[in-house]
Amino acid sequence: MSIITTKNVNLYYRDKQAINNVSMDIEKNEITALIGPSGCGKSTFLRILNRMNDTILNCKITGEVIFDQINLYDSKIDPMLIRKKIGMVFQKPNPFPLSIYDNIAYAPRYHGKKKRELDEIVENSLKQAALWDEVKDRLKKSALSLSGGQQQRLCIARTIALNPEVILLDEATSALDPISTFKIEDLLATLKKTFTVVIVTHNMQQASRIADKTAFFLLGDLIEYDTTEKIFTDPQNKKTLDYISGHFG
Amino acid sequence: MTKNRYEKQIRPGIITVRALIYSVTVAIISLVVAIIVYLTIKGLPYINWEFLSTAPSRLNDTYGIAPMIINTLYTVMLTLILSIPLGIGTAIYLQEYSRPGKIVSAFRGAIEILAGIPSIVYGLFGLAFFVNALNIGSGTGSLLSGALTCTLIVLPTMIRTTEEALLQVNPTYREAAYSLGASKLHIIRTILLPNALPGIVVAVILSIGRVVSESAALLYTAGVDYTMPTNYVKHMVEPGAGLTVQLYLYATEGGSPDWVPYAMATVLMILVFVINLSANLIAGLFKKKVSYR
Repeated sequence: MSIITTKNVNLYYRDKQAINNVSMDIEKNEITALIGPSGCGKSTFLRILNRMNDTILNCKITGEVIFDQINLYDSKIDPMLIRKKIGMVFQKPNPFPLSIYDNIAYAPRYHGKKKRELDEIVENSLKQAALWDEVKDRLKKSALSLSGGQQQRLCIARTIALNPEVILLDEATSALDPISTFKIEDLLATLKKTFTVVIVTHNMQQASRIADKTAFFLLGDLIEYDTTEKIFTDPQNKKTLDYISGHFG
Repeated sequence: MTKNRYEKQIRPGIITVRALIYSVTVAIISLVVAIIVYLTIKGLPYINWEFLSTAPSRLNDTYGIAPMIINTLYTVMLTLILSIPLGIGTAIYLQEYSRPGKIVSAFRGAIEILAGIPSIVYGLFGLAFFVNALNIGSGTGSLLSGALTCTLIVLPTMIRTTEEALLQVNPTYREAAYSLGASKLHIIRTILLPNALPGIVVAVILSIGRVVSESAALLYTAGVDYTMPTNYVKHMVEPGAGLTVQLYLYATEGGSPDWVPYAMATVLMILVFVINLSANLIAGLFKKKVSYR
């Protein structure tokens, strides 16, 4: 069952078109990977899915993104409420300069959760992000005292605390060492039982390791989209074959 | 023995530059020390509790500066109360809400020009507008008129410095907060302002310094009365000379012993020092409370 469906999505920065007519279905409780060389539009496309491109000036989007039976780009939609349902984790870990606890509690607090519920949300989110055991004794310490890998898991926990339906990860492991990366990949495999996960990665091995479906982007076009196995073993498009076999990119 | 290729070499150019840098530093430091020592020698012996706590009296030929200290602090407080919300509000608008365009860049240009206008021009405007047209307080000026004029003087710096401070906040915090579905107002309140606070405190300190040292504009707008205020609320619309204005009058009009201006200058110096120190302390406390760094 698909949770997000895009229909003929185009994106323009001023006059330059960055995404060309992309239509795809993202399946619920699966990991979908977006791959492609730098500048192919995969991150831009990811940010379309929770309206993060709204904060960029001179950026125009046409087409439809259907989530929960509504079009996200309908003029009546409040992007804040969308981002509550479709959370995002960024390339560089970006915890707030607050305590570990306050980082996780930031969004639930804002979205009106009661004080007594917060402890539970913080604990559950950190557990789901596989960080609880490492930080349970120092929740009041600064989040910036954590290592890079821990900070990124904290950011995942912060997103989980929103109780979203979809989690978008924009090259979330590219700034991390292999062990931290492995931990996060492991984590994502567990998280997909509860959430739908969409990752952007320029690491093809990562996509082949963890993704159920893979989409290959090139110069703003969606070239090929299929199960990961099919993309990596029997791609239908020659450009895909060239990319996954390392001829360019 | 062959010369080691990696041995330290002393190049004459570097020595010249170093000598230049050191001598400039020494010159500046000795200048500051000279001013402080000179003022202290000429003024400090005359500073006592009586000088600090009484009003001057022509009848008894005594010189006290309590009313001037009160007037200066009063003007500083009023100015800050008026300028902090205005300045920070404008900076937030410019940085977070306004869309870049001709109007906004014209506005920024205007602020830049305002920051460079001599304060006596503001004084003249204050005299014409606050004192004569609006007639705030007495016909010779009032502390409120003075503070309003000072607000105009410090606002450009306050806006610019606060804007700079907001700009310095790590943009990834903003992005993270947006991705968590927080509204702009919430992000400003919980992320931007706490993190920009050190910069905002700098803006406030600069403004305090500007007001304490202001004399030309206040001479026009705040009047020259030096009696002790009786009612502190009503004092707002009464004329009153601050330390700098009275210092100017004593130094130029004569009639007072030579030591009076020096003693006042020393007090001014100490006052500025104390205000800066306490502003920094307050900022430090705030910073610890709201953010971890």
